[in-house]
Formats: sequence, structure tokens, C-alpha cells
Amino acid sequence: MVTTLSLADTYPAWSWNPVTDLRAMWAFPFMVNAFRAGTIVAVLAGVIGWYMVVRRQSFAGHTLAQVSFPGAACATLLGITPVVGYFAFCVGAALVIAAIPRAGQGGSGQEAALTGTVQAFGLACGFLFVTLYKGFLGGINSLLFGSFLGITTTQVTVLAAVAAVTLTTLAVIARPLLFASADPDVAAVRGVPVRVLSVTFLVLLGTATAATSQITGTLLVFALLVMPAATAQQLTARPAAGLAVSVLIGLVVTWTGLIAAYYSPYPIGFYVTTFAFGMYVLARLTRLLAQALARRAPAPARLSGGAA
Amino acid sequence: MSLRGAAVRVGGRTLWSGVDLEVGAGEFAAVLGPNGVGKSTLIKVALGLLPITAGEVRVLGEAPGRAGHRIGYLPQRRNVDPSLRIRGIDVVRMGLDGDRWGVPLPLPVRFSARRRAARDRIAEVIDLVGASAYAHRPIGECSGGQQQRLLIAQALVRGPELLLLDEPLDSLDLSHQGAVAALIGRICREEGVSVVMVAHDVNPILPWLDQVLYLAEGGAAAGPPREVITTETLSRLYGTPVEVLRTGHGRLVVVGGGHRAAGGGGHGHHPELG
Repeated sequence: MVTTLSLADTYPAWSWNPVTDLRAMWAFPFMVNAFRAGTIVAVLAGVIGWYMVVRRQSFAGHTLAQVSFPGAACATLLGITPVVGYFAFCVGAALVIAAIPRAGQGGSGQEAALTGTVQAFGLACGFLFVTLYKGFLGGINSLLFGSFLGITTTQVTVLAAVAAVTLTTLAVIARPLLFASADPDVAAVRGVPVRVLSVTFLVLLGTATAATSQITGTLLVFALLVMPAATAQQLTARPAAGLAVSVLIGLVVTWTGLIAAYYSPYPIGFYVTTFAFGMYVLARLTRLLAQALARRAPAPARLSGGAA
Repeated sequence: MSLRGAAVRVGGRTLWSGVDLEVGAGEFAAVLGPNGVGKSTLIKVALGLLPITAGEVRVLGEAPGRAGHRIGYLPQRRNVDPSLRIRGIDVVRMGLDGDRWGVPLPLPVRFSARRRAARDRIAEVIDLVGASAYAHRPIGECSGGQQQRLLIAQALVRGPELLLLDEPLDSLDLSHQGAVAALIGRICREEGVSVVMVAHDVNPILPWLDQVLYLAEGGAAAGPPREVITTETLSRLYGTPVEVLRTGHGRLVVVGGGHRAAGGGGHGHHPELG
């Protein structure tokens, strides 16, 4: 009984009237900033994540996400804003991973091992920084699992600028990057600078990861970076549509996650990840169902395949 | 494409030397020989990816690597990753404008003459290779033969004057081998595209061949197939007795004379020494 009362005191009630609810939420500047930052990050992660899934670099993305944790911890230890730490460490780690040579067929295994080494070292450093900074332990949860409280207007501006630069760069290299991802040998013969594109993409992935981990925390970056993109790839094989669906799913799970977290005592990372996971499961089931239907009736199957 | 006295060294070892080959416009040439003799290396030399150590190579009248946009290239590969969720038509499109920077304006197709031309060209080339039925499916879900047709369409989409194909029939079962070989032969004849194709087995492409380059350890023999794939030439090339047999259907079987125990079924079907 006591808990119910205290919950009701702390957390606003959901009124089932969306207009009233949104107005109540947006009366607080920190909620407005949370929605702004979430929207920027969802778009950025949706686009970069789609390329990451096509390029099968999810493990590199995972490593970059983990490295953002020591980055933020180091910045806090040095007394500067964590945003700097996030970006410096992620882009630095991206360059380290890019320096690992990708030699032919056997190279991917070596790449995975070296990437994992970078990841373990990064996490260990993060733990050292947290131990060195004694008063920090309260904040470790939000570093690892995300928080939407206390996003400043400056942070939103930085995120918007970073997203604009990252997405513009990606727009310039979009087609050659897709070519180099799907068919590196032929792309190289056609004069596409495959190696340069690979390094550039890792740096873009580093900035996207740094931006995303500020909302979802370093451990749940995949909620926005992989899940919407993987869901989109289940639903469509068209590049343009896939990018659009990926961004849309990112936006939906971020907004619903923010609303759910505002009206309940549970953390945002959990909601965003759960909603994204739910959509992925739904997409897989839809595809399985579509395949089963296609096997039973081959004639309409071609139509649905063309529309997909 | 022409090679005169060409030699190449890879890792300090001379793969082949004294190679003379002349492929004229609209001709179909095959590069044959056992594994590891440097057949794919010849394609890499033609693309300008590897330098030659002696002789001269001209591709479409230019030095290798200069005429990249006039060449269609199909690298050796097994199969496309089944999890690659990109449609066949998108893979073909990459051959057309995949190396362009920037993204096209998202205008509807009817407002842009260039996009209309691109769409028509892609449809035309997909129709040419007979892939219209599955071009909208993710390429990873297509069969090996379907993938090979789509990749040939990708190599053809810019209207190249020369096709360099590295074992395009390798991963296909026998019925698809014949069909894809016929497709390549038809493109060569009807579209006037020169074809240089690395092959393991000469028989599927034999009816269309104008030139054969037979590579062996250190040596090479080039010319029309009926002059090169003979008992005398191959015995001289390998320095060991080799017999070329012709079956009732005109198929060629190369049998290594030194191998007494060559009784394994199907062993002799490939023009190489076991």
C-alpha cells in the first residue's frame, strides 16, 4: 500500500488521452530534450546500423559501443563533459579496428579476434577509471544501461551537429559503400576505393555508436543500432525501403520507450530494447508466415516477392 | 586483348612465361589448365591488378587497368552469402552506377530521363540473361545458376567491350553449366562482346570457342581449339604422354598417359592432368 502511494506520487498517471499526456511530458524541458536527442539518435543509428548489418560488422559495432564506456568514465575522471569522452574513444577505437588488415578469406577470423581484444581492453580500462573516480559509482548504471534524465540543450546541439555531419558523409559515399560491401572484388576493379571506404565507414560507425550510447547506455546500443536494421532487413530487401523502415522502427521504439519510461519507474534502456526485440520477433514471424503461404500458393507469391 | 611474350611472377615464382594470345573483337577465348597454374592470375594481369615481368599486354588498345569502365568482370567465387538481403536487381544496378558518389534525388522516375534510361537498361540486361523471374528476390535466396546469371547481367549492364570471366561455371551443376555457357556464347555472338573465360572444363563452351590458351607448368600454348587441344600439343606442353580423345558427341577427354590407374569414373572429363 505504501509503495503504491509513493509510486503514484513520483510518477505521473497515464490518462489515455495522447494530447494531454504529451503536453504533460513536454512541460518539462528535460523531456523535450530527451525526445529531441532520442529522435536524432534513432535516425542516425537506423541509417548507420543498416549499413553495419549489410556489411556484417555488428561485432565491430559492439566493440565500439563497449569502448564508449571507458571514454565516458575517463572524461568524468578528468572533469570534462562525457560527450567528449564518448566521441574521442569511439572514433579512436574505430581507427584501431580499421588498422587491422582485412586479408582475404582468412582475414575475418583474425579481425574478430583482434576486435575482441580491443573490446576487452576497453572494458578493463573503463573499470579502472570508475575505481579511480571514487564518487562515480552512482552514475555507472546510467553509463551502462542508459538514461534520459539530464540531457542538456548543449548535448542535443552537439548530437544534431554530429548526426548532420555523419549522415552527409554517408550520403556522399552511400552507393560506392553499398557496392564495396556487397561485392568488394568487382567494386575495386570499377575504381571504388574499397579500403578507404571501409575506414571511413568505421569512423562513421564510431560516431553513431558514441551518440547512441548516450541514450541507451553502452551495453544496450544494439537496441537502436542493430535491432531496427535487422528488423528492416527481414521485412524488405530494397536498400532505400530498408533504410526508411530501419529509421521508422528506431523512432517508434525510442518514442514509445521514452513515454513508457516517463510514466513508470523502470529504466528506458529496458523499454527501448524490449520494444525493438518485440518488433524483430514479429518481423521474423511475419516472414516465416509469408514463406509458408508462398509455398502453398506459388502464383501470388511472386507478387508479394516483388512488393517486398 | 593481346599478350606478347608475357610472363608473370607471384611470390618469387614464375607462374607462366612466353604467353602469346590475340583475342579479337567479338571473339570467345578460354584459358585452360590445371589448378594453381595461374589462370586467374592472367585475368588479374588483364585488369591491371598485377604487373607482368616480361613481354607486353594490351587490353582494348590500352595498358591494363586503363580501360576498367569498358570491361565487365566476374570474379571467381563460390556463392553469394545466403543471408545477404539485397535484391538481384540492386546487385545488377551496382554494375551501372554503384561507383557514383552521392545519392540520386528521390524524384519519381517519370521526372528524370536518366533514371528512366537506367531502369530500362537494367530491365533489358536482366531480360537478356533470362533472370526476370527472380530479379526481385534477395540474391542470397537464388540458386547458384540464378546468381551467376544476375552477376553476368551486372558485368554486362554498362555495355562492356570485353568480358573477363573467372570460372563462371565452377559452382554450377551440369544442366546449369550448359545453359550459362550457352548464354555467354550467345552474348559473345549477338552483342559482339569479346569474352576471355577461365574454365576448368572446356566441353560446355567448346561450340563457341575461337581461341584457347592452355597454361601448364612454365609453358603455354594458344590458338584455335582444334589445334591446341590435341595429343601432340598437350604432350609437348606437359612433357609427358597425354592423349586427347573425342567422344561420339564431339566432347573432348584428356587422359594423362603416365597414370596407369586412371580408372576412376569421370576423372578424364576435365582437360587437366590428374
